[in-house]
Amino acid sequence: MPEPLTRKRYMFFLLLYVGCALVVLGMAPLVGSESISLARIGADLRQPAENWTVDTQIFVYQRVPRVVLGLLVGGSLALVGAVLQVILRNALAAPYTLGITGGASVGAVLAIYVSAFAFQLGPFHSVQLFALAGAGAALVLIYAIARRPEGLAVNTLLLAGVTVHILCGAVILLISYLTSPHLLKAMNQWLMGGLAVVGYQQLASLLPLLLPGLGVLLLQMASLNHLSLGHEMALGHGVDVSAVQGRCFFGAALATAAVVSLAGPIGFVGLLTPHAVRRLSGLDHRLVLPGSFLAGGAFLVVCDTLARTLLAPTEMPVGVITATLGGPFFIYLLLKRS
Amino acid sequence: MNSSLLDVRHASYSYPPDAWQLHDVSFELGAGQILGIIGPNGAGKSTLLKIAAGILPCAGAQIRLAGQDLHCLSRRRVAQTLGYLPQNVSSIFDYSVQQVVAMGRFAHLAGAGFLSPQDNGIIEECLEQTETAAYRHRPLSHLSGGERQRVLLASVLAQQPRLLLLDEPTTGLDLHHQVAFFSLLARLASQELAVAVVTHDLNLAGAYCDRLLLLSAGRRVTEGSVEAVIASDVLGPVYRESVHIGRHPLTDKPIVLPAPPGRSEHA
Repeated sequence: MPEPLTRKRYMFFLLLYVGCALVVLGMAPLVGSESISLARIGADLRQPAENWTVDTQIFVYQRVPRVVLGLLVGGSLALVGAVLQVILRNALAAPYTLGITGGASVGAVLAIYVSAFAFQLGPFHSVQLFALAGAGAALVLIYAIARRPEGLAVNTLLLAGVTVHILCGAVILLISYLTSPHLLKAMNQWLMGGLAVVGYQQLASLLPLLLPGLGVLLLQMASLNHLSLGHEMALGHGVDVSAVQGRCFFGAALATAAVVSLAGPIGFVGLLTPHAVRRLSGLDHRLVLPGSFLAGGAFLVVCDTLARTLLAPTEMPVGVITATLGGPFFIYLLLKRS
Repeated sequence: MNSSLLDVRHASYSYPPDAWQLHDVSFELGAGQILGIIGPNGAGKSTLLKIAAGILPCAGAQIRLAGQDLHCLSRRRVAQTLGYLPQNVSSIFDYSVQQVVAMGRFAHLAGAGFLSPQDNGIIEECLEQTETAAYRHRPLSHLSGGERQRVLLASVLAQQPRLLLLDEPTTGLDLHHQVAFFSLLARLASQELAVAVVTHDLNLAGAYCDRLLLLSAGRRVTEGSVEAVIASDVLGPVYRESVHIGRHPLTDKPIVLPAPPGRSEHA
């Protein structure tokens, strides 16, 4: 698509992505180890909740919030990946590149390690709170390292993020080495990521960090094309580069911390979804950002649905499905282009 | 000069921890003028241009753009008046020619930044002006160096600036494309655009610029007409005597030739 983005083409692709996401969102809650009748749910929903059948209770209290969580987590990771690939000027950038996920993982693993002190604070479980604290600590550390009087030093930010991620990996290894086999299983489960733990309360606990994070990122979308041409060209075109970079860093950090604290690290979605969207609907980031959110969200919901049904009643780690499905699809896109 | 579009005073900069510094350089530029900023490597030409464009922060410099303090203007406002073409532009994504030129309209667009028919007309004009319309659908990576530079210039022109600051825009181009590029600058200047161009090509600078600003080792050596600056007693000490000044047989303008060691006029 070599022409500049027109309003008509923007709306066409946006509606296409919205349509795909809606189809996935509509169908995914109906799929599972227990088959659910839509007619029965329809009849139940006209009655008080006490009279609902098991089908409707599974649908409303388990599958719908899980599917919504899948959309938010997958969408956020893909959106953050799309933004970071531009501001870090690196096609391999992903939400994990900032080191925030590493920090969150250390926090979560630490909380599981000292599980004797597990607690619940409003909608937050101690593991989620520790993960948020870990993400916050990583954010402060990386920001302090990469901060310069004229703005963020992008290369330093990238290297600091990767270094913090590696350091966090070492801390996790140490804690895993010291812990009991029983807790090790819980740690591994968290580190594999997944959407299994969910209810509306937990879903709501995401929003205070996630919504401002995503909002800030979406507001930068018109500037990101210019940053793709480099810092100086973007300044020349009239973009306040250091302000955009700073907002993107904090928006990405908030959104990543929110979703990782609840769903753990889920790989692949944030790295490759933005590239797939660019190949499908063009390089304009006014479309890449919302497109990545919708495509990433829909993709993770599909993967999660497969993860909970393929080996039912056992659940597979969703990361296995994201890589197995997404990898070949991305290779197909690369081959199609060349 | 009251009518100057750009007035740069006391531009100084140092690159820590290096000892290199730009020392207190000033210049001004009026509509319709082409100023060539010349000097050997490390003279401070690009640094001066970046300070003038507000790309490099310089607390001590006073820069007035069309009569207003540049530091008090938003980047968007600056871009509506001043077009800056950096020395090296590399894109991480392979945008098409038309998309890159359209990006130049950013400073004039509000909201999501969709182009109006008027914007499309301006983009078309810039593509025609830079002779890049024929390959508007090609990605940047499929262009030669000369085509690429013209596309980037078209993107800067799409800002509809009154002033152009260009950092070595013809480096790596063949002779034909160098001449074509400078001819285009001359046409733009005839339409009342002010142009400051950093270049290592003293002959092109001599042929197309109205005035030359000569820098050396971070200091201003002199500023003046082509005849005054392209002179052996001025360039000789700066280029370590390795130049010989002659006359162009067709235009009679001064030209610079490399002088073999020990054979320069000053030796």
